[in-house]
Amino acid sequence: MTQPLVRLSGLYKIFGARDKDVLHHVQDGMGKEELLAQHGHVLGLNNINVDMQAGEITVVMGLSGSGKSTLIRHLNRLIEPTAGEIIVQGEDVMQLSEDGLRHARQEKMSMVFQKFALLPHKTVLKNAGMPLSVRGEDEVTCDREAAKWLDRVGLSGFENHYPAQLSGGMQQRVGIARALTANTPIMLMDEAFSALDPLIRTDMQDLLLELQKELHKTIIFITHDLDEALKLADHLVILKDGFVVQQGEPQHILLNPGDPYIEDFVSDINRARVLRVRSIMTPLGGDKVPADAHGEVDVNDTLESMIARSGGDTSHAYIVKDGEQTVGTLDMTELVRALVPRVASEAGARQS
Amino acid sequence: MAFYDKLFSALGLSEWCGTSDDKAPLSLADLAAQAGGEEASGPLMPIPSFDNLHESCNRIWQSRDVTNGIEEGFLAAKPALKTVLDPITQPLSWMLDGALWLFEAMPWFIMVPLLVAISWYASRSRPVTIFVAVSIMLLALVDHYDVAMQTLSIIFVCTTISVLFGVPIGIAMSKSDRLQKSVVPLLDLLQTLPTFVYLIPLIFLFSVTESKLYGIAIILYAIVPVIRLTDLGIRLVDQDVIEAANAFGMNDRQKLVRVQLPLALPNIMAGINQTIMMSLAMVVIASLVSAPGLGVNVLRGIRNLELGVGIVAGIGIVLLAVILDRVSKAALTRVDKTQVKH
Repeated sequence: MTQPLVRLSGLYKIFGARDKDVLHHVQDGMGKEELLAQHGHVLGLNNINVDMQAGEITVVMGLSGSGKSTLIRHLNRLIEPTAGEIIVQGEDVMQLSEDGLRHARQEKMSMVFQKFALLPHKTVLKNAGMPLSVRGEDEVTCDREAAKWLDRVGLSGFENHYPAQLSGGMQQRVGIARALTANTPIMLMDEAFSALDPLIRTDMQDLLLELQKELHKTIIFITHDLDEALKLADHLVILKDGFVVQQGEPQHILLNPGDPYIEDFVSDINRARVLRVRSIMTPLGGDKVPADAHGEVDVNDTLESMIARSGGDTSHAYIVKDGEQTVGTLDMTELVRALVPRVASEAGARQS
Repeated sequence: MAFYDKLFSALGLSEWCGTSDDKAPLSLADLAAQAGGEEASGPLMPIPSFDNLHESCNRIWQSRDVTNGIEEGFLAAKPALKTVLDPITQPLSWMLDGALWLFEAMPWFIMVPLLVAISWYASRSRPVTIFVAVSIMLLALVDHYDVAMQTLSIIFVCTTISVLFGVPIGIAMSKSDRLQKSVVPLLDLLQTLPTFVYLIPLIFLFSVTESKLYGIAIILYAIVPVIRLTDLGIRLVDQDVIEAANAFGMNDRQKLVRVQLPLALPNIMAGINQTIMMSLAMVVIASLVSAPGLGVNVLRGIRNLELGVGIVAGIGIVLLAVILDRVSKAALTRVDKTQVKH
């Protein structure tokens, strides 16, 4: 595995006046409630160790109060950590001077906010061009780049509107265009779609995935919505009370929840839509391809589409292909088992 | 025999106090008592004031010493204050005199259209502009054009200076909680101190013939709202937007010019409106210390009991106030509209 683009190690954040003094209590294992009761300090982040790979979408998920928004603000030091290391592109963000930090915020990381945070007195075009004009680019360049990205997010024709004239979804498109205009390798998205209604949210998720397919940014996405997390994530980090409960490949977490808290979470998910064939197929261990297959499927097909394809017949079996290569077989009986969460099925689904 | 004698002897201070041998009467009551040959019989237990305590102990001040002390202290500090303040404030005199000369020298057929044009430019509202034109012509009709222009010139200079100083002070206050905590009581003092009271030290410091005397009085009184509302306006700027400005790497100056000031502008404009209104209120009182304008006529009305003169000048001030208020309010709503266009 290559060097991660962003690495957080041993990151702690305690809110309060004497955060450094009470840090050792947390390092000795004191929990959030005890810390608040005994020392009047609020534990924000507790020993966070996360690697974020270049070109991936890392989703940090947790309920409100789990510290996810605090976590994302550490990457560009909008919030100062109590202890720990933040390495971005091999450079320790904590060591940066004020100028260096500003430079990093301008050139390395752009941010999309839950409440959009556009400048209400500027047009959409000027809002989108803001990151460049902050760097001191001339107006023509700013406007040209801004117009290009506004067009890319589907807002051409709205350049001269003011943010208040746009709907929430459109305002967030401006927010995304603004982050893209900054042309930074890293994009921080703080609950970017949480304030939007479900249909628009789905649109925006598709837009983000589409943009990501061609831009390959390193995206750190914060959400409280597991469906959204599973849809977007290459790497999923689940936070609870400021510590990482589990992190890894989302399909893996879904099939092997490491903690009752996560089991609770994943039990409400429409697994057929999220799980993909590659996660549940039987890999082809050098064996011959079975002759009784009913057809060929792609490794990235969802289970939902497989059920539709088989017409619900559990006796079917398929050959799984990754491009041209045959990589495994899929038995519909196994597929149906995978649809049942582990909590509900006890050991039944996992005996094979 | 005074009431507090026992107190001082109980404290063992009789010696320190000395004997109260002088029988100089302290008050009219004492005098009357002396004349009547009896001891002044006060209330059963007199309030422990300086004067009452002095009766028992000579070392204690009398109340008139307090006022005397303030006066003497001020007079002692006056030369030093004057050498510092005189040169600093001299430009104010020049500005006031210059503006006065300019407003009076300008022929009315240029001045009136100019004022109407300014109201149109600021407000972009036809009713407001028409109202301004009609009001000025009404004032001219009763021969109050000249005095109204004098008042206007003073307000123009004082408001400009208040804004020039008030906005930066407000910005500085919004940046530092400590500065805000120390300035706010001073602003409260300036706003609540009766206006006549802070004319008094100014009269001591500067000659009544100098225009900066009333200039300073007006500015001190009128600068308060623009400072307060600039501070408030910047503090009320949406924190999410400030966070976005930080996240995209704006420096402090960029944040101030591109985000904080534009978003605080409606509040700052409201402060300027209040500043204009307060300088108009003060310009009338300042006529006591030789400020020219409509206030002089009001003063004449009071002093000579010329009812008509006073009332016409009063109505003139009301007209001027309404003009300034409507124009600055219309400008304010115009600024607000560019913020949220629907």
